[in-house]
Amino acid sequence: MLWSRQAPEAQELPEAEMKTKMNGDDMATKLNDILRKKKPAILKRWLDAISATYSGEAAAFLKGQKNQFTGPMGYTIQEGLEGLVDGLIDEAPFEEIAPYLESIIKIRAVQDFSPSQAVAFIFHLKKIISEESQNTSDAQGVADAAALTAFELKIDTLALISFDLYMEARDKIYQLKSNESRDMVFRLLQKERRLLEMQEQGLEQGPNTETPILK
Amino acid sequence: MAKKPTPEELSKINYSLPYTGWMYNPVEFKDGMFCNASKPESLNTVDFPNARKWSVKDEDWNLPENWKEIVLEAMKERLEKYRSFRLFMDICVRCGACADKCHFFLGTGDPKNMPVLRAELIRSVYRRYFTKSGQMLGNLAGGRELTLDVLKEWWYYFYQCSECRRCSVFCPYGIDQAEITMIGREILNLLGLNIEWIAGPVANCFMKGNHLGLEPHTIKSNFEFMIDDIEEITGVKVDPSFNRKGAEVLFVAPSGDMFGDPGTYTCMGYMMLFHEIGLDYTWSTYASEGGNFGFFTSNEMAKRLNSKIYAEAQRLGVKWIIGGECGHMWRVMHQYMDTWNGPADFLEVPVSPITGTKFENAGSTKMIHIAEFTADLIKHGKLNLDPSRNDHLKVTFHDSCNTSRGMGILDEPRYVIKNVCNNFHEMPEDTIREKTFCCGSGSGLNASENMELRLRGGFPRANAVKHVQQHHGVNMLANICAIDRAALPPLMNYWVPGVDVAGMHELVANALVMKGEKERTQDMRLEDLPEKEGAEDV
Repeated sequence: MLWSRQAPEAQELPEAEMKTKMNGDDMATKLNDILRKKKPAILKRWLDAISATYSGEAAAFLKGQKNQFTGPMGYTIQEGLEGLVDGLIDEAPFEEIAPYLESIIKIRAVQDFSPSQAVAFIFHLKKIISEESQNTSDAQGVADAAALTAFELKIDTLALISFDLYMEARDKIYQLKSNESRDMVFRLLQKERRLLEMQEQGLEQGPNTETPILK
Repeated sequence: MAKKPTPEELSKINYSLPYTGWMYNPVEFKDGMFCNASKPESLNTVDFPNARKWSVKDEDWNLPENWKEIVLEAMKERLEKYRSFRLFMDICVRCGACADKCHFFLGTGDPKNMPVLRAELIRSVYRRYFTKSGQMLGNLAGGRELTLDVLKEWWYYFYQCSECRRCSVFCPYGIDQAEITMIGREILNLLGLNIEWIAGPVANCFMKGNHLGLEPHTIKSNFEFMIDDIEEITGVKVDPSFNRKGAEVLFVAPSGDMFGDPGTYTCMGYMMLFHEIGLDYTWSTYASEGGNFGFFTSNEMAKRLNSKIYAEAQRLGVKWIIGGECGHMWRVMHQYMDTWNGPADFLEVPVSPITGTKFENAGSTKMIHIAEFTADLIKHGKLNLDPSRNDHLKVTFHDSCNTSRGMGILDEPRYVIKNVCNNFHEMPEDTIREKTFCCGSGSGLNASENMELRLRGGFPRANAVKHVQQHHGVNMLANICAIDRAALPPLMNYWVPGVDVAGMHELVANALVMKGEKERTQDMRLEDLPEKEGAEDV
């Protein structure tokens, strides 16, 4: 699994002097602080973007669904988006945030979306983050470009993970279909196999042997 | 170089409805969302009209020339015959209470899956042809012409409704969308527009007594396997009888339990229970189907298939009938059977020979659900149970739509499960009992080709299971319905891996301490009981 390996941005960041790295860390912390404050706006815009991929009525319902059980699709998507944003800001390891992505991708993998449409919502976050991080009146000023690039690399990783998750979900659906076909004849196969074994052992003449259960 | 689309452009799907409104927006048949068309041979078997080869995605459905006349005549007949249907056509005020109660809408987001709009598909035609305002003002009065596009839309959406009735629980007028769907399907059926997943089992049941088309010798050999497994697990050889005249009780189970896992484990449970209490009962290879897919085609067909149960009870001279763990069997026997084929005066009001309990609720039908029977046995302390044999399971219970909303078996299964399992956890309140979410595959929609529809429709149910899995470690979803046992495993596999599916009597069988049994080291699935592992090495 992609997210079980070390995150690529960590490998790809240029080697630097300790001092520079510390500065980088500071800048990342600053960006994260800005994003943390902007979280409600980020989530709203991201939810708007993903809702726009559904029909008018469904989009309205999706955004209005706050109850985990009576509005499961809206709730799962909103919870997932929040989990992803939190995870990215808090720099959580990918294996911790992947389940949030998975819960959204699984829903979109059974809906009327092409593969690109199903996962495209990830890329919306880049634009939202970039705009929100620049559009700040915070006394600390705007975020550092390098920190933003590093953050965007994490989103790219999420995008790659989402391809894996999407394919996993679609594979599962085909597997379920083939399993159902197999299970429909499983007992027949089992019966034939056992009869064959019995015949090989000379215990059975054929499938028509009478038994006493038909009374 | 071609312009590269931006992510925003890529995911920009124009879902906004055309300005012409939903009425004039022809249906688009999407793969994974519909079942295959019925085959002529299946329809011919039961003399359904207009049997022919056709294909869903074909432009031309080879309809009879006078199809429109047939539809309108059928509507007229039903409007006169069923007052409920006319009421449901007239009284909706479009309050929207039902809109977000449908599991298919919740999972698909398709507005035409809102119960109000699903009903409106047929209601608009009703207004145009059967109300004065609609006849004069047409679509100004909410009416619309019956066209081929409208007919196709009916077909697509009436086979995306599982007749679960959840919406009707929330409707302030009590409009029963399930009945509207039933009538919609019944009318479509007059044009030969059925699905093979329903038409095939109906033909099988009509010819051979059960949906799967199992013939007596096949049923017999399947039982031999199950009897062998029971002996291997318990050391007890059960000895069921078939087609035995003079037995006290006729037992009718859904045929899925005789053939497919995990239903077979439940079937083994029935046999072990009856053996243990010494019930004088018989199976039938003729009335070998508790379910009734005729119920998903037409009232008349449901009645024809149902009649074999009483016919067989009479032929065998039994006193009363027990039905197995089946959802729509309960609704059929509880709400329709007596009107169709009753009263069964040749039978006696069911009295449990073990406890003496008289099942007054079945005073007319003379048929009870096994959940009632077993709960009564346990209540009277007639079973020796060791629930610790189910300690490897953390169980939750899925109320089937038909048993819960079809005038409820709500507490019996819970009572039984709590007595045979030490670990039971309810799902959240809005998702159980009368408000239960459908498995997404009911009313004959559990084919494989519509897997996406099933997974979407089953998502609200799976979502609630996921909750109890996360909070209580639930790993077993119990139920009392054969369609659930077929439909829930793939649903769990996709949405909540790690949760398995079992019929209630599989859990009973695990816990049931039988006279003369050996020490159990395996559960009904022939899997080692955790605490017994390595016991032989001692």
